[in-house]
Amino acid sequence: MPTLPDPAAAREWLASMTLIRRFEERAAEMYARAKIGGFLHLSIGEEATIVGSARALRDEDYLISTYRSHGHALVRGTPPEKVMAELFGRVDGCSRGRGGSMHMFDLERRFMGGYGIVGGNLPIAAGIALASDYKQTEEITLCVFGDGASNQGTFGETLNLAALWRLPVVFMVTNNQFGMGTALRRHSAVTDLQRKGESLGVPGTRCDGMDVLDTHGVVSDTVRRVREDRRPLLVEAVTYRFRGHSMADPEQYRSKEEVEHWRERDPIPAFGDLLVREGVLDETARAQIDVDAIARVDAAVEFADASPLPAPQSLYEDVYVLDREVRGSYSLHTTELRPGEAEAAEHDGAGEGAEREDEIAQQMSDALGIADEAS
Amino acid sequence: MAQMRYREALNAALREELARDERVVLMGEDIGVFGGAFKVTDGLLEEFGERRVRDTPISENTIVGLGVGAAMTGLRPVVELMTINFSLLAFDQIVNSAAHIRYMFGGQVSVPLVVRMPQGAGHQLGPTHSHCFEALFLHVPGLLVAAPATAADAKGLLKAAIRDDNPVIFLEHESLYGVSEEVSDGEEQLVRFGRARTAREGSDVTIVGVSRMARTSERAAATLADEHDVSAEVIDPRTLRPLDLDTILTSVAKTNRCVIVEEGWPHGGVGANLAALISEQAFDDLDAPVRRVSGADVPMPYSKPLEDTAYPHEGDVVAAALAVLERPGAPGGSS
Repeated sequence: MPTLPDPAAAREWLASMTLIRRFEERAAEMYARAKIGGFLHLSIGEEATIVGSARALRDEDYLISTYRSHGHALVRGTPPEKVMAELFGRVDGCSRGRGGSMHMFDLERRFMGGYGIVGGNLPIAAGIALASDYKQTEEITLCVFGDGASNQGTFGETLNLAALWRLPVVFMVTNNQFGMGTALRRHSAVTDLQRKGESLGVPGTRCDGMDVLDTHGVVSDTVRRVREDRRPLLVEAVTYRFRGHSMADPEQYRSKEEVEHWRERDPIPAFGDLLVREGVLDETARAQIDVDAIARVDAAVEFADASPLPAPQSLYEDVYVLDREVRGSYSLHTTELRPGEAEAAEHDGAGEGAEREDEIAQQMSDALGIADEAS
Repeated sequence: MAQMRYREALNAALREELARDERVVLMGEDIGVFGGAFKVTDGLLEEFGERRVRDTPISENTIVGLGVGAAMTGLRPVVELMTINFSLLAFDQIVNSAAHIRYMFGGQVSVPLVVRMPQGAGHQLGPTHSHCFEALFLHVPGLLVAAPATAADAKGLLKAAIRDDNPVIFLEHESLYGVSEEVSDGEEQLVRFGRARTAREGSDVTIVGVSRMARTSERAAATLADEHDVSAEVIDPRTLRPLDLDTILTSVAKTNRCVIVEEGWPHGGVGANLAALISEQAFDDLDAPVRRVSGADVPMPYSKPLEDTAYPHEGDVVAAALAVLERPGAPGGSS
């Protein structure tokens, strides 16, 4: 069994897993109270996979995820307030209320987003890794996707291309046993997913995604090899989601007994028990971690509730990077009745937009460490 | 000024931007060793090396997605798709990623990506290599769409596209690659987006021609002048997003009649869209309904006589112009 990290790190891992759990539980509640719209995909049960893998990264590494992305934003350090506000569709959401549950994003913390199309993030991950490689940095990209995505064309295409170009990507398939309601054995001819990249030049390995130590150990080793050898590798994290695919899932495709069986391996009590046994924590400190997580989530809900809803006038913001040199209409404001008014509004918008663009461009350059060489 | 072919003008734009900006990277199928299926990238691998000019596997959706990821993190990728129908394999990354990422992530990033591809009929390539999909891309908020009809615009627009911070769909016309014209050799001669080109001035009818159809419209305008005493104004929008509607409306206010010519399909086409905009914003200026000339509403056939019938020619544009002037075939007289 892998050795424990230093006590501060061990406590932080437990705290992060607990925060994700409490956040997701509260999100489910808020969904039931209609504070949250659309789909809500929870990662309850998958916390060890999320925290164990993300803690194998350096700050400058990139993480890119799927539509089940709240935990990935949180583990990267996005404030729970911003994630909850995004779920509430508020202006202070991490994607300003434009993305929702499936599209969290935090450039500053190099969380490169949740993506709503199964397998859609794989090519983007390879592109991010290409840029890292091109700039001759040591950055790697951790690309997380589900077992269902391993059947998409982008899986084969991207693994082949990443291997061919020796791109520094760790492809991590979060095998939670189901592609929505279709069990692994019913959707994939090869169920040993760690082997699914072999014919594409991407060797794989497996970790116990219910065990944060094992996940961290295996992913750390994989990340190190990818960073040093400049080639992609695959990791299969075997895990289980305790809740349905989304909140709209009656779960008729699996038995209560099966879910109970996996719940016995709940990664949070398991790791907490271990830390108490090893003397890293006492029961009081362990309980305090949970109390703190709940308080943090309370604050997130309070913040999200207080954050304003976006003004309808902001509808057209950020569709384009506006350029003062460009004439003509980028967007058609079909809601505007009189052309004269529409024109005036557009000009106003362009002015404000242009100022914001400069700000955003600067933030982006700062976050990515890019000098604007050519302007 | 220098005399160069449309493909050479594109090549010059790529060469200049590669030399100017280290962040520019070319990617595509057979663009390097082979020199490009239409030789647009010829010689660039030799000049800039494999780091900058990258042959890719045949994986359209993934190479566009790769471009998106690289663009989000500081590069300015130019992806070539071998022909426009192949872009349909990449529609997920073009729409769900390239076009939407900036908006759905609240403006935190931009996607300065160019996706180039040749379109158009005339080479008997049948139903999977010959279409014009301006309307499909025009439809999508978040994308910019350029469709140069001249060698000079090919160069100037491509340079502007590479420097733009938005994802640009760059539609080249397969039949124009060999056309040789005067092109500015100034490295800072950009054709800015959203500025239509008035290819010919006139007073009786406005003809808006898209991509190759701008040239077909110019020939039709010459015939209208020579044989029918009709003074036609020809406008090439050059970019469909952003759209220089002002230039078109100003022309319509002068001529009071309008014909729109495109090679793509009629349902939901560029012409349908423009006709709606003109009727919404300039109804009082019109003396006749706007008329559209478009590709036939069929998949592109292989056999030569069928293919020729399936996309617009000069005679179709002349006939449409005479029809909106309400004097079919008859010279003389004015509205």
